[in-house]
Amino acid sequence: MSRVFYPREDYSSADTAYRLLPFRFLRLNGNDELLVNEVGEFVIAPVGTARTIVQRQLVRGSDLYSTLKAKQFIVDGGSSPLLDLLAAKYRTKYSFIEGFTKLHIFVVTLRCDHSCQYCQVSRQTADKETFDMSLETANKSVAMMMKSPAPHITLELQGGEPLLAFDVIQHLVPLAKKQARSLHKELDIVVTTNLANVTDEMLFYLRDEGIKISTSLDGPAFIHNANRPRPGNNSYELTIKNIERARKIVGEDRVAALMTTTKLSLQHPTEIIDEYVKQGFHTIFLRPLSPYGFATKTRHKTGYQLDNFLDFYKRGLAHILQINRNGYDLAEAYAKILLTKMLTPYGTGYVDLQSPAGAGINVLVYNYDGDVYATDESRMLAEMGDYTFRLGNVHTETHREIFTSDSFVNLLSASCNQSLPGCADCALQPYCGSDPIFNHATQGDIFGHRPTSNFCHRNMQIIKHLFELISENDAETMRILFAWIQNTTLRELKKVTPS
Amino acid sequence: MKLTTGGKASLSFKDAVVGKVAREYLPEKDRSQRILVTDEVPEDLRQLIGYSGFLTRAKLERELDSIPTISSVQAIEHLRSNDIVAMEPGNGFIRTLYRPDSDHNVIFATERCNSNCLMCSQPPHDRDDTDPLVRRNLELIRLIENQPKRLVITGGEPTLLGEGLFAIVAALRDKFPGTYLHMLTNGRVFAWPAFTARLASLRHPDFMLGIPLYSDDSSIHDYVVQARGAFDQTVLGLHQLARHGVRVEIRVVLHAITIPRLPQLAEYIYRNLTFAEHIALMGLENIGYAPRNMEQLWVDPYNYQEELESAVEFLAMRGMNVSIYNHQLCVLRKSLWKFARKSISDWKNIYLEPCEACAVKDDCGGFFQWATKLHSSFIRPL
Repeated sequence: MSRVFYPREDYSSADTAYRLLPFRFLRLNGNDELLVNEVGEFVIAPVGTARTIVQRQLVRGSDLYSTLKAKQFIVDGGSSPLLDLLAAKYRTKYSFIEGFTKLHIFVVTLRCDHSCQYCQVSRQTADKETFDMSLETANKSVAMMMKSPAPHITLELQGGEPLLAFDVIQHLVPLAKKQARSLHKELDIVVTTNLANVTDEMLFYLRDEGIKISTSLDGPAFIHNANRPRPGNNSYELTIKNIERARKIVGEDRVAALMTTTKLSLQHPTEIIDEYVKQGFHTIFLRPLSPYGFATKTRHKTGYQLDNFLDFYKRGLAHILQINRNGYDLAEAYAKILLTKMLTPYGTGYVDLQSPAGAGINVLVYNYDGDVYATDESRMLAEMGDYTFRLGNVHTETHREIFTSDSFVNLLSASCNQSLPGCADCALQPYCGSDPIFNHATQGDIFGHRPTSNFCHRNMQIIKHLFELISENDAETMRILFAWIQNTTLRELKKVTPS
Repeated sequence: MKLTTGGKASLSFKDAVVGKVAREYLPEKDRSQRILVTDEVPEDLRQLIGYSGFLTRAKLERELDSIPTISSVQAIEHLRSNDIVAMEPGNGFIRTLYRPDSDHNVIFATERCNSNCLMCSQPPHDRDDTDPLVRRNLELIRLIENQPKRLVITGGEPTLLGEGLFAIVAALRDKFPGTYLHMLTNGRVFAWPAFTARLASLRHPDFMLGIPLYSDDSSIHDYVVQARGAFDQTVLGLHQLARHGVRVEIRVVLHAITIPRLPQLAEYIYRNLTFAEHIALMGLENIGYAPRNMEQLWVDPYNYQEELESAVEFLAMRGMNVSIYNHQLCVLRKSLWKFARKSISDWKNIYLEPCEACAVKDDCGGFFQWATKLHSSFIRPL
């Protein structure tokens, strides 16, 4: 072999102009620009960088040049485009599409003991005949669910208050398990319940069947009880007591809680978060109120301006980070989803922020009466008389007919933010999603109008906020965020990082 | 510890002889595949009948033509019974190929290479040694008795053996399926899908490739390995390997050319080579080509702790399995100690004079034996 070594210049790119690969950009603040490539890798650089790149004025040999080349924003004569690599990363990012519908929501009854202002669909009635899922509908719905090619599916038992139709649950669970087994599918089952009427027998059943519990906790008593009225005005007390019982019987890690943000909640982010800590939860989801169902009708009571929510969210997130710094692990679910998209090569299974939209593709709703909807929100629209996103009925349509229905094809045409006006050239597109149903409900058009879209405004603001948090590059904050992303605790993460 | 020695080869053999060392006279029936090692020539030459070869410290008055012999071997103490050695004709080299009591045995595949790295610790030679080395290695595998815990295939560039490499891996898979097999390769050949598919089809049960990547900037990597296009080939090769389910480790040698973009390289690895099972960040060895390129390469490890810590933090936080090789605890930031491995093979591992007073010597990987000439200026007992 030659003992002669050649200098670095001999390996630098030929002195031809570089070429561009697809990327998008936006201004983050007065100083910084965010540049994002096709698979969500990003560079934060001084304002004007995008212009410099496009005008072919990048300085060859500069650090920025190397970084942009390594992140596949540009290619030059000295490097092959390695497009296979970009394609592999793209596949990884979008692997959530593999297997098609994974989440199957069964509305086993519409009946409920609560009368929450923001609830879209439930009925306070004893009429079991009319509002519970019949066994025949249950059978047909399970059969349809099993048609999904996904090797791992989740059955979510919902309502109304599903425990009021416990007989339906006891019919569904063994049926779904048996069919999943014979088709070699993995099956997770979750029940979404307010726990108000749960009995020990029910809890033993859920434990024995390995069913997880998702319940509602809106904050401390004065918020929870105001948001969630029921006879006796004791929803909070019941919920807390029953969370404890459920944990004892079903298991500490099998009980999760979700909160809904109302106008009243907006003034109390810290009280709500502290309540979650007090109750021993390690995840909180600062969710905005959805614009569907009865929630639109009672808007004067529960509705609020989006900016108030964003303020609530940012204050809440800061408080949550402080709680983590003080040694208690608490993840904010929405930030965790977005950060996974921003900071890892992966996508997420979260159906409400995907492109193509999760509707139908990753989630399907089977209503008590056999109607099949693209999403839970589609069902709520139907309760208000708008059947745009009803894809069919388990008694009259086949799985194939559902997914070739005009409703579904229409929905699909607006499902990809890669091709939606205002999204296609947005730097945040790889992190965001599309929601044709939201667009339809709020703007009367599945494609929507981005400049006036609350979905767009909310996600852009939150994603930008997270980018600013990341760019502060505080070591402890980054560890907290990665503990969320990695589903671990800060203490465990510190064991495996330099500290 | 010595692995090579030599003496005067007799003219009685033309092909290398591979055999197991016998330090004592054996009954005649047990002598085949054995190489007798003695200080003196036995008085009764019938004592040599049946051995494959004979090594002796003694100077021979007259050449023995009955048996391949290397005489006047100066250093002979390190040859222990059951070591597997190769006697080379002509030059009289005696190489220790295998030591049954060590976990650091290697299969040396070839001296050829298609790269020419600035800091290569084992500079390549451009002569075709592949056929004799494949034969020697297959013979070696046949002679190993007990299943080794781990073996490393190294070179040169082992993939240049082509079919010969597949034969070696298949032989190891068949005889020692429980041995962890690691192969050091530049990975460039794996950009060729058919080659990768062939290796993967061998289905060795515990096999990992250690593949170096020196920068996220292709021109810097190509400069370090002195081969244009090498970066693209290696990255494509890594992806081919991942696609075929072959496990890979990324190895980065830290020096003045690789350090400035080490944090960016960490990000590149995470985003593009997420499937890597392990990332080894390795100190420079002052041997082979390194001394002659030291002017471009040298940076005191003490002075790159910032970049090193940042890269380790980046990878570890993201769940990547990262280790630091060839670094002494006294130059590493304490936060990085838990990533430091005692990685240097027993036969080339030493400690320096200040280490004798050090309280953490037992936890420290120490030095390569050739570090006596050049090492960090911050070596001190802790």
